[in-house]
Amino acid sequence: MRDTIQDAESPPSAATVPMRIAVASESAKSETRVAMSPETVGKVVALGYDVTVQSGAGAPAGFDDAAYAEAGAEVVDGPVWDADVVVMINAPGPEEIGKFRSGSALIAMLAPRFSEERTAALAAQGVTALSMDAVPRISRAQSMDVLSSMANIAGYRAVIEAAHAFGRFFTGQVTAAGKVPPAKVLVAGAGVAGLAAIAAANSLGAIVRATDPRAEVADQVKSLGGEYLAVEVEQEASTDGYAKATSEAYDKRAAEIYSEQAADVDIIVTTALIPGRPAPRLITAADVASMRPGSVLVDMAAAQGGNVEGSVAGEVVTTEHGVTIIGYTDLAARLPAQASQLYGTNVLNLLKLMTPGKDGRLTLDLDDTVVRGLTIAHGGEVLWPPPAVSVSAAPAAQPAAAPAPVKEEKERSPLAKALPPVIGAVALFLVTAFAPAELAGHLTVFVLAIVIGFYVIGNVHHALHTPLMSVTNAISGIIVVGAILQIGTGGSGLVLGLAAAATLLAFINIVGGFAVTRRMLSMFSRSPGRS
Amino acid sequence: MQTWTTAAYLIAALLFVVSLAGLSRHETSRSGVVFGIAGMTIALVATAIVAFGSASGLGITLLLVALVIGAAIGLWRARVVEMTGMPELIALMHSFVGLAAVLVGWNGYLEVEGGAAEGGAGGEATELSGSLLGIHHAEVAIGVFIGAVTFTGSIIAYLKLSAKMKSAPLMLPGKNVLNLGALVVFAAFTVWFVITPQLWILAVLTVLALLLGVHLVASIGGGDMPVVVSMLNSYSGWAAAASGFLLGNDLLIITGALVGSSGAYLSYIMCKAMNRSFVSVIAGGFGATATSAAAVEGEHREVNAAGVAELLADARSVVITPGYGMAVAQAQYPVAELTRKLRDAGVEVRFGVHPVAGRLPGHMNVLLAEAQVPYDIVLEMDEINDDLASTDVVLVIGANDTVNPAASEDPGSPIAGMPVLTVWEAKDVIVFKRSMATGYAGVQNPLFFRDNTQMLFGDAKARVEDILAELGAHVRTG
Repeated sequence: MRDTIQDAESPPSAATVPMRIAVASESAKSETRVAMSPETVGKVVALGYDVTVQSGAGAPAGFDDAAYAEAGAEVVDGPVWDADVVVMINAPGPEEIGKFRSGSALIAMLAPRFSEERTAALAAQGVTALSMDAVPRISRAQSMDVLSSMANIAGYRAVIEAAHAFGRFFTGQVTAAGKVPPAKVLVAGAGVAGLAAIAAANSLGAIVRATDPRAEVADQVKSLGGEYLAVEVEQEASTDGYAKATSEAYDKRAAEIYSEQAADVDIIVTTALIPGRPAPRLITAADVASMRPGSVLVDMAAAQGGNVEGSVAGEVVTTEHGVTIIGYTDLAARLPAQASQLYGTNVLNLLKLMTPGKDGRLTLDLDDTVVRGLTIAHGGEVLWPPPAVSVSAAPAAQPAAAPAPVKEEKERSPLAKALPPVIGAVALFLVTAFAPAELAGHLTVFVLAIVIGFYVIGNVHHALHTPLMSVTNAISGIIVVGAILQIGTGGSGLVLGLAAAATLLAFINIVGGFAVTRRMLSMFSRSPGRS
Repeated sequence: MQTWTTAAYLIAALLFVVSLAGLSRHETSRSGVVFGIAGMTIALVATAIVAFGSASGLGITLLLVALVIGAAIGLWRARVVEMTGMPELIALMHSFVGLAAVLVGWNGYLEVEGGAAEGGAGGEATELSGSLLGIHHAEVAIGVFIGAVTFTGSIIAYLKLSAKMKSAPLMLPGKNVLNLGALVVFAAFTVWFVITPQLWILAVLTVLALLLGVHLVASIGGGDMPVVVSMLNSYSGWAAAASGFLLGNDLLIITGALVGSSGAYLSYIMCKAMNRSFVSVIAGGFGATATSAAAVEGEHREVNAAGVAELLADARSVVITPGYGMAVAQAQYPVAELTRKLRDAGVEVRFGVHPVAGRLPGHMNVLLAEAQVPYDIVLEMDEINDDLASTDVVLVIGANDTVNPAASEDPGSPIAGMPVLTVWEAKDVIVFKRSMATGYAGVQNPLFFRDNTQMLFGDAKARVEDILAELGAHVRTG
């Protein structure tokens, strides 16, 4: 008898047979990726599952059957649709969905936004459908976010494709054969893909600029070596981590920026996507025409209609001005081994989350926001779309809610901060002002010495704190000076005796402190061979 | 005092500043000590010349005997001390300064009073009158008070550090009231002493300060010792500065202020590293606040030395995070040997040291240096934390609270907000531990129950030696 996916709230089944997870071959001919690398398979086996891999599934990504077998999977010829859990990259076709067993689970990028039909078909088949591309964008779920991991690869690849098509260096050089200026790259949209593109272009040596309607990404752009081009128009902050459609004034100003930049840069990579909507048109045909011959555009949104006018999904187009527009839609798949490994790790992290007992039993806890978010069908019902999740990283989300207390604090805090130093200064002033001249002089010396002490000590290397303590210990034995002077002036035997005792004690400190410090410091040594 | 002694003192003071500045880097640290010794020599010679000019034969004999005996004891202690025993030695030496300050203070009183009684026959130092005399008495009281607190506080710290006394905090009822009360009484007695200087008032004041010193340190637990030792370091400086005011000696004031602020700064660093305020450390241990922490449950995994050796042999980068446990087990030598072996095999080995690891600021660094670990692979928490995620194996040796994920993840934990070494981000974590007991803060450590954590139980030194033996086999065969 076969198992069905367990609801978290239902009593645990007595069965202890581990579930069988199958890695299926992709049906699309152009797909080079596979849902799990052998490395991932080994870790899924460690979670207690039996793993089956369809023979040849990993071949396009460079993983052979033997590697999977070695990782602990059973390699079988022919389809694997009857497994308890089927793992894929792309959604299976309608015919293949029909072969799924009721109560089994499917993990793949099911694109529920774009295909209600498929979701309905999966539900009708009784399949628990887990869509990897529907992982909510919250920090906890980052390790399962395939959109991010694929976008990261795609952004990198977009720059590599552009470099391939571009007839020049990216980096500026001064060679014997003349000076080469660095290439200028504009990245439109600083999401995961855009940031990856910025990093890749920057590391190739290009001058990188980036645009994005979310002003909060400026720091991220900067941290990767790019320059953020702000569009100076009022714009609300994003609350769900994705860019929203933009206002009219904004669009107008943005269009101007794109026109200016198109005439200046050599490479443009566009990554602008709005969930569930056609991609925004950022670069017009006129902008393209204004670019220098030999320039390259990579339209990463070509599949959703394109950010660049004239791009064709899946194709490379060269305009009559000699500008190349790359519209590949399979950028991530062009790094198959890398993409498979990251996708597999995302799936593995999901399986970890859904296998709390590490017993090879998949448990569906619909109270978990992550699990709820990516479950699009279960028990015959369509569960898409999930209830909204708000991302924690929304900066100006409630500015109106608490403006009063913030303001109050701002007014009070500088005063509160200034109060202790002011009191201290006044006290010091009064003490010194009313002290006899001699004491005032000593106080001056005292206060200045404290300040010097703080600055000198503040620079001390953390590893030298113990030697520092023993040196300060030794020099605090300076009190011996006082004791010796008292021996010099002391009349009575008692005074002499006490002073001699004090001298003895302080001198132990001085000699011992310096000696032990020297001993300690002689032990500190550098690694051999470094200077 | 002649101007040439003042000049000598000025040079000595400058040399002390240069000495401390030299300690800021490894390269200049040794010359820093030389500057310190030079400054001290100049100060002593100048003082001795002045003293010899006016001292009696008995005084000179006493002085020379004291210097010889003091130097002998100092050299002897410095030579025989174990590096694991540094905290005790430093604490003990603080107590000497404290006691010397008390003696100097008492002498200051006896000289002036004695002089006054004998009708000003005692010499120029006793010719004080009016407000100056009042200030002098206040200086005596303050100097004696700080010195006495330093003295007994350091003694208690020494006893705790050398395990001659239980390191658990003493919990007297209303201990904060006691401390505050002692300060108030001190202020009152000082005023009284200034108005009517009498020997018994000074005696009561001294006893009060001695008791306060005992109570202050007795109520602080063993894990807060880095703060306590640097705090006492600071006090010993203030005691010297107070004596400087008493004697009208700028060199003492400058040196005392330097030492005082150095100790205060170290205390501040330590407190920041524990995310606690200075006051809360002084006010007592963690015990009182440990209430709302989330319960930690789970299974820990055990591993044996052979398993660890295997992990290490396959690793590309290893980070070792030592704690007080390493010092207790004297494990620094096998750890250094392990480091050498792994580095020879091409493994990147580094150390991550938490600011409050050990019982003394910088304690771990000294121990590792003693075992010949190069100092440039011993990194501070802030330097290593970003690299931990890309580290293959982390060895946690005798550390607990400083690697506790609860500090950053469980807001209810008593150590919440304390910066910690994020060892759990590494691929594998091996925790060396004697048992599953909690650390100083009394907080269970969720790290032990993480999926990537394995526990290696037993004496740290013995276990590291086992790993070394196993590793030998691995390196040969592999």
